[in-house]
Amino acid sequence: MDSPAGYLHLGIVLISYPNLIVIGGMVVLFAIALIAPFHGVGTKEGRR
Amino acid sequence: MSSVPSSWTARARDYLDRRLPSSNLLPERQPYYVGSWVYVFGVVTIAALFWVILSGIVLAFFGPQWWHVTAVGRFFNSLHFWSVQMFFVFMVLHLWGQYFAAGWRDGRAGTWMVGVVIFLISIVAAFTGYLSQENFDAQWIAVNAKDAMNSVGAGAFFNVLNFGQMYGIHVMLVPIAVLALVGLHIVMVRMKGVVKPIDRSAKVGK
Repeated sequence: MDSPAGYLHLGIVLISYPNLIVIGGMVVLFAIALIAPFHGVGTKEGRR
Repeated sequence: MSSVPSSWTARARDYLDRRLPSSNLLPERQPYYVGSWVYVFGVVTIAALFWVILSGIVLAFFGPQWWHVTAVGRFFNSLHFWSVQMFFVFMVLHLWGQYFAAGWRDGRAGTWMVGVVIFLISIVAAFTGYLSQENFDAQWIAVNAKDAMNSVGAGAFFNVLNFGQMYGIHVMLVPIAVLALVGLHIVMVRMKGVVKPIDRSAKVGK
């Protein structure tokens, strides 16, 4: 916990692995939100 | 032709009756295109803000020694920190959702811009929060940040080494601004409704 985080360095891109994991998780969550069915949608109740 | 009321209270009431009827303010149904998890991000952000404010009130009441030394204090300190992380994560996810839906269309530019201002003020809130921790991390951030503040000419009135100033901004000014603007943001969404999907908006000529 006390040691500094590792960094990914690709050209001009420099980002710590913890930040990369958080952003990656957000992208995955956003994709799931687009794809996952929402309750009620497709039923008569949900289309009102 | 209806006469215009002379008093500003009557004009304000007429404006609110016209633009924000109670059916718009508290609707029991949403259009079918709101049936997506993407629209949940905004309300999760508000839920996170609720926990930020609640844990912040407890921390402000008992003070820095309590939140560093006692087990319950450390729990509320962590609750405050992690609810802030959730607030930012879901605020950015909400931003992505509205960006790709072009949520500023059909007269909603003001709603979008209020959201932008909330985002910017939230960064100030987080920054002053890190400076208010009362630990070595806060000192490290303050000592490094003072040069950045001086370089842009803000150091004379925004002194990151002044704990009282940073703490006052963090627990008083910034929460008032964020809560007021989040309230305005929600009311603006309710006045205009949720923006239509892009293809549907094009079909109806908007």
